[in-house]
Amino acid sequence: MIGELILLLVGAALVNNVILSQFLGLCPFLGVSRRVETAAGMGAAVIFVITIASAVCSAIYLLILEPAHLTYLNTIVFILVIAALVQLVEMILKKMMKSLYNALGIYLPLITTNCAVLGVALLNVQKYADYTGGKMMVFSIVNGLGTSAGFCIAIVLMAGIRERIENNDITSSFRGQPIVLVTAGLMAIAFCGFAGVI
Amino acid sequence: MKKYLSALTNGLIKENPTFVLMLGMCPTLAVTTSAINGIGMGLSTTAVLMMSNLFIGLLRNIIPDKVRIPAFIVIIASFVTVVDLLLQAFVPDVYEALGIYIPLIVVNCIIFGRAEAFASKNGPVISFFDGIGMGLGFTGAITIIGLVREFLGAGTLFGVEVLTKIPGYTPAAIFIMAPGAFFVLAVLTALQNKFKAPSATNTEQGCDTIACGGNCAKCAGSLFVSNKEIIEKAKAEQEAKKAAEKAAKAEAAKAAKAASIKKTEE
Repeated sequence: MIGELILLLVGAALVNNVILSQFLGLCPFLGVSRRVETAAGMGAAVIFVITIASAVCSAIYLLILEPAHLTYLNTIVFILVIAALVQLVEMILKKMMKSLYNALGIYLPLITTNCAVLGVALLNVQKYADYTGGKMMVFSIVNGLGTSAGFCIAIVLMAGIRERIENNDITSSFRGQPIVLVTAGLMAIAFCGFAGVI
Repeated sequence: MKKYLSALTNGLIKENPTFVLMLGMCPTLAVTTSAINGIGMGLSTTAVLMMSNLFIGLLRNIIPDKVRIPAFIVIIASFVTVVDLLLQAFVPDVYEALGIYIPLIVVNCIIFGRAEAFASKNGPVISFFDGIGMGLGFTGAITIIGLVREFLGAGTLFGVEVLTKIPGYTPAAIFIMAPGAFFVLAVLTALQNKFKAPSATNTEQGCDTIACGGNCAKCAGSLFVSNKEIIEKAKAEQEAKKAAEKAAKAEAAKAAKAASIKKTEE
């Protein structure tokens, strides 16, 4: 089981990278990747939220939705839970862990609209629907952790590259957004290389 | 009548959500591997957009301002669930192909953006037409992107073999893979920059404004009250600064005038 989990972690982070192969969470990837520090902050906040959201959503699925045969309500329940959860996390951090809040605080509100969070929660209950209680929880959490680590890796790499290309001489029509998209495409090609890892 | 027609065409061309507003980039890139997928995704989004705009338009005076965001989310998510179940029942092929992106229509910025920017301020009928216009604009745009990717990447158009009929021709499969999506969109935005077409990407700062506003901190459709507060505070500060500058200028002008009057008097 440990081996399986490690494979899952690597697979979710690199092979099926959430941004570069599944296109979830593109908005922050393109919007908050100008400086490495902000990108790392966003990445850390995403890891934090997605991992907690995977745990909470799969727990709600196991304890409430599935026993009551309400699985068709997945989408509505999960998006509300995530929205409330992010607010709650923000409040708790503000009260209990001031230093962490100062580091991640400004990124937390931006995360609810990040479709990666809802996407991971929905994929978890789809992929691991056959597993029993505890096993499903563990797999969901590990998958959430791996996916968000993949997000963090991609956004930090992107920010590093963007810092370098900022002062380059680029054809005028490709300046700004187009060159960022080309960079993302090249990164996606590089990440295709991980397909052979597993 | 004219009012409704202009609400309809506004979304189709003038404020096309994909090409001009640059909203909802995730589905735009993810499901456009073929033209058929583009149409499927586009029409599903249109259906949700129409119904959610209609209902938000109807309920806009009943929903208290403070809880409007969760209320909108519930309305949108309900219609997404309806569409999800309908697709599953009647067009299982499309449902399979679109997969996770159907429930993710909930977080599509176009829908939330229109709810916040249009339907919450206008009546139900005109909001409904706005929903149709925006939805069809989105459908058209992602179908075009799907066509280009399918043509280059698989050599077919709507599943009909075109380029692959040429003997010895191998389609550039990269265009239907993930990197191709980025390249096609990059060329598209570059063309818009080149021809100075109206687009969220060729403003002064460019980078801040792609994909649901890109810069989430400035996004009016942000789900968070705290974020909204920050935005409003920043706006108020800016306005105060402007007002102060204006007042200072007026003061300076007054002083100068007084001085010149004094001089002439002397």
